[in-house]
Order: sequence, then C-alpha cells, then structure tokens
Amino acid sequence: MSDLVDHSRRRLLTVATVGTGAIGVAFAAVPFLTSWLPSARAKALGAPVEVDASKLEAGQMLKVVWRGQPVYVIRRTKAVIDGLGGHDELLADPKSLDSQQPAYIESTGAARAINPEYWIGLAVCTHLGCSPLGAFEPNNPSQVAGTDLGPGWPGGFYCPCHGSKYDISGRVFKGMPAPKNLTIPAYTLSADARVSIGVDETAKPA
Amino acid sequence: MAAIPDSHVPPKTTGLLGWVDERFPLTKMWREQVSEYYAPKNFNFWYYFGSLALLVLVNQLITGIFLTMNYKPSAAEAFASVEYIMRDVDGGWIIRYMHSTGASAFFIVVYLHMFRALLYGSHRKPRELLWIFGCIIFLLLMAEAFMGYVLPWGNMSFWGAQVIVSLFGSIPVIGAGLVEWIKGDYVIADATLNRFFALHVAALPLALVFLVVAHLTALHEVGSNNPDGIDIKKHKDASGHYLDGIAFHPYYTVKDLVGVAGFLLLFCGVIFFAPTFGGLFLESPNFEPANPLQTPPHIAPVWYFTPFYAMLRAVPSFAGTQVWGVMVMGAAVLILFFVPWLDRSPVKSIRYKGPIYKVALGIFVIAFIALGVCGLKPPSGIYPLLAKICTALYFAFFLLMPWYSTIDKTKPVPERVTGYG
Repeated sequence: MSDLVDHSRRRLLTVATVGTGAIGVAFAAVPFLTSWLPSARAKALGAPVEVDASKLEAGQMLKVVWRGQPVYVIRRTKAVIDGLGGHDELLADPKSLDSQQPAYIESTGAARAINPEYWIGLAVCTHLGCSPLGAFEPNNPSQVAGTDLGPGWPGGFYCPCHGSKYDISGRVFKGMPAPKNLTIPAYTLSADARVSIGVDETAKPA
Repeated sequence: MAAIPDSHVPPKTTGLLGWVDERFPLTKMWREQVSEYYAPKNFNFWYYFGSLALLVLVNQLITGIFLTMNYKPSAAEAFASVEYIMRDVDGGWIIRYMHSTGASAFFIVVYLHMFRALLYGSHRKPRELLWIFGCIIFLLLMAEAFMGYVLPWGNMSFWGAQVIVSLFGSIPVIGAGLVEWIKGDYVIADATLNRFFALHVAALPLALVFLVVAHLTALHEVGSNNPDGIDIKKHKDASGHYLDGIAFHPYYTVKDLVGVAGFLLLFCGVIFFAPTFGGLFLESPNFEPANPLQTPPHIAPVWYFTPFYAMLRAVPSFAGTQVWGVMVMGAAVLILFFVPWLDRSPVKSIRYKGPIYKVALGIFVIAFIALGVCGLKPPSGIYPLLAKICTALYFAFFLLMPWYSTIDKTKPVPERVTGYG
C-alpha cells in the first residue's frame, strides 16, 4: 500500500492546501477586526468646541466636553501665576519635553498656556485616563476628601484613582503613577477670552 | 474513561433507555463520568468548591439569559433598563441580585478552589494541564466579570472601564491605537458598551463552558487528587476498583448537596438582606448614571479585583511609561500557570510538607488579603507602602518556591489515604 502513495507529494499538497486556506481565513478576518475601529459616525463627532472663558472669575474652573473627553478651562489668579516656577525641582517633566501639547504651548514653559491667565487642558490623567480633581488652594492638604496632599501643596490637580498629583499647569510631580504632564489640546484664544478647543491656528486651513 | 479498569459487564438496558443506548452512549457516559467515576474517599471541606463553582456558573447562565430579555445595551438606555428590571419587572430584582451576588460568589468559590490546590498540591503531575485549564478559566472569568460590571452603565462602570481599557494604552508603540480599537471610539462610549455586551453574553460564556468541559474531562482522565496527595490508583481490589476510592454517585453527589445547602444559605442571605454587601458587591457610585465628566471621588474596582489593582498602583512609573505596573499585574495572574513546575517538593500535600511551605503559604494568604484591602482604600497613608511590601511577598511566594520547596523537610507519605473526610 505504502509504495503506491507518494508521501512527499501528499505532504506538499497538504501544506499548500492548508497554507492557501490560512491566507483565506486571514483575509476573511479583516472585516471582523476593522468592525471594532471607530465608525464613520464616531469620527464625525470630533468637531471643535467654543467656550466663553471671560465669564469665569479668577480662581474658577469650567468643564467642557470635547470629543467626549472632559477639558478644563481655568482662570488663574495673579498669585498662582507668579508662583508657577517655584516648584520645578519637584516635577517629573517641568519643561514638558516628554508631554503632549502643541509646539506653541511647549514654548510657554511653566504656564503651559497661550495666555497664562487662562489654562486649558485635557482632564484625562496620563496614567489610566481618570479625570483629576481640582485642588487649587495652595497649602491646604485636606481639600480633597479622604486624602492628605502633603505639606507645601502648591495648588493643582489630584487624580482620585491612583493618587497622581499635578500642579496648576497640569505638570506631574515626581514619583507619581502618571508618567506625563496633562495633555494640552490645540486651541485658540481670542482677545475677549473666547476659546476654540480643537482648532489649531498653526495648521493650514482645510 | 481510563480511570476505571472495570471487569464486570453491565446488564444491557431495555425499553426507552435501551433504544437510546443503541443510538447514543447515554448509560455508558453516566457510568464512566458519574456512577462509576471513583474519587478518593478522603475528600474534606475544601472539595466542595469545584461543584459549587459549577452551580454558580449555572446560576450566572440562567439569570443572565433572563436579564438580557429586559436589558438594553446602549449608552442612552442601559442604566434606565437596569432600573426598569429592578422596579417594574416582576421578579426582576431577585434575578438581578442573583446575578450580581453570583459574580462575587463565583470569585469567592474560585479563590477557595485555587487555595485548595495550593494546600494539597492538586496542580502537580499529572494534573498540570487540568490546572492550566483552570487558570485560563480564571483569566476569562476576570474578563467576563469586568465586562459585566460595565453593562449597568453606572458611573463606576464607566470609570472602571476607562481605567482598565487604558491599561492597554501603556503598551509601547501599538498602545494608543489598540485602545481606540477596543473602545470603538475616542472615549468609552456606546460602541464600547455594545461590544462588551456581545462578549459578555455570547463569546465569553461559550468559551467558559467549553473550558469547564475541558477542565472536567482532564480531571476525569487523570482522577482527582486528595488531601493526602496520594495516587489512589496503586491499590485495587480483586474487581479492579480502587481500595481508597468511592463512586462519585451517590457518595459525592450527596456530600456535595450538603455543600450546596450550606452555600445557598449564605448566598440567599446576601441576596435578601445585603445585596450590595456594604458597597463591596455593588458600589454606591454605580447607582448614579455614567458621567464622562465626573470621576467618582474614590474609585476602586469590585473586591475580587482589588488585590491585582493594588499591585498595579504599587508600581510607580519610570522611564516615561506606566507599563511596569501593568506588567506586574499581568505577571501576578500569569505566574499561576507555572506553579506546577515551580513546586519542586517531593510530596504534594501540605500534610507532609515541612514548616517552610506552611509559613510561606500563610504569608501568601495574608499578603493577598492585605493587597485586597489596599486596593479598596485610597492610595494614601500606610496603604501604598503596605501594597508594595505585599506585592513583593506575593511574588516571593512563587519565585522562591523552586528553592524553598527543595530544602523544606518533608514527612514520609503513607501508602493509603488517612481519615475519611
């Protein structure tokens, strides 16, 4: 019996058949895998958001939604702006070299804002995406319930999920679970403090 | 199966059963898997949890099917549909509480079932594959429980999903794209909820049931371990039955029914009197609808994930990435797969192992429970340090096992099982 069977031919045909079938399965898997990508409708919902920040009092914060994510708009007091550079040695990335922001924000250093008075940033912790809480009062370690922010708190953000702390420019402190500063989205700021989040003035008009 | 060297020929069945048996091996399967499956006669309390896990699985499947009849898997309707089940559907509240309490019961039972294996060396040769099937079941169960927790679309559902899905974002290079692919949107959204529903009610239960069948098939192929860790196949009587074995049915079916009664007493107690179990089984932020703008002030996963969550938090980020904490958490689960080869002790059961293993297992259990507590508490005060120490102890138990299990002084193992459970 065995001498009637060409085993090497049979093996070749088996490998070729299985191989061709596997390629077919791989192609058939494509629509299933791509069906998990953001749909055309989800992509269309990424339009810019307009905010009038002039209505904020100094020291107040506004939460807006842009692309389904929370964005904080903060009007900072003069005292806070003056204190911004005072704790650089405690920060993981004081110059925001490792963090995400438009180039025109990176060049503003400690302020991380087009106008230091108005800070706009994505309220999404760079650790695991929770929304950090505002803890703006300097030297008040107990303004977040259940947490001790520690002595010499300069004012900033506290993430309730894993305890990451950021200063009021969204710059992360050293030794925190979060690796990077809060992301600053592209935005424009008009003279009367109207913010357009998601609009990049350096980008070419479409 | 191979476990029964049977010499007597059973009488041929007649009537309807005989008609079926000529076309399908019904009586044969019953005999091989149940009435003549010989299990060691010295099973004790710890051997309840396998059959209880099966009971809870059935509970989850049945209550789950009935919940899908009224649940709406869309971001706009999910929260309200769960409240509708709780308030307006006759019997809806008890079906939902059976399901939500069943999730916690599943993990209690499975953790105790796994602890039993560590006590009596149930993962040792020839049961390595049985143990690995079990580890995969545990892994799938965690995915199943996580996705199930997202479905009510409460605020903790939403932020829990945000944190867990973001874990994948820490993977270098492909992370960001992978997260978008899992979410199906730029944020946790309707698309995410809808696909988690599909996985929770169809894909994962199918995989779980298949793996449970594989787990039981492997068990019945090699035979059950026992509290003495002795191979009962060595001693047979004249008819080929194991001297230290008794038929699963009726002896262990009846014993397991006692376990079921005790379990149901506690289970029903929770359903009727403490369905949220003080915020451990159902967390209070989840009684508010999902709010993408407001992270709950204190976010913690459900209790059964907190030991692993504490490990995630215990590891700080460095070199510009938080992937290390994610890797530690993943390793904490994956290391379980290797236990059969990490344990080099010449004996299986803790009864004959030396003091080092007893102390090591004790420290491991304390560290695991302490990690669970750390994961529930806010990351401040003593807890971050405690979590770091306990994470180290958790891994030390496994990684040092090849060393301490070889130098440990063991006692001689008897030929026959001792005690009768």
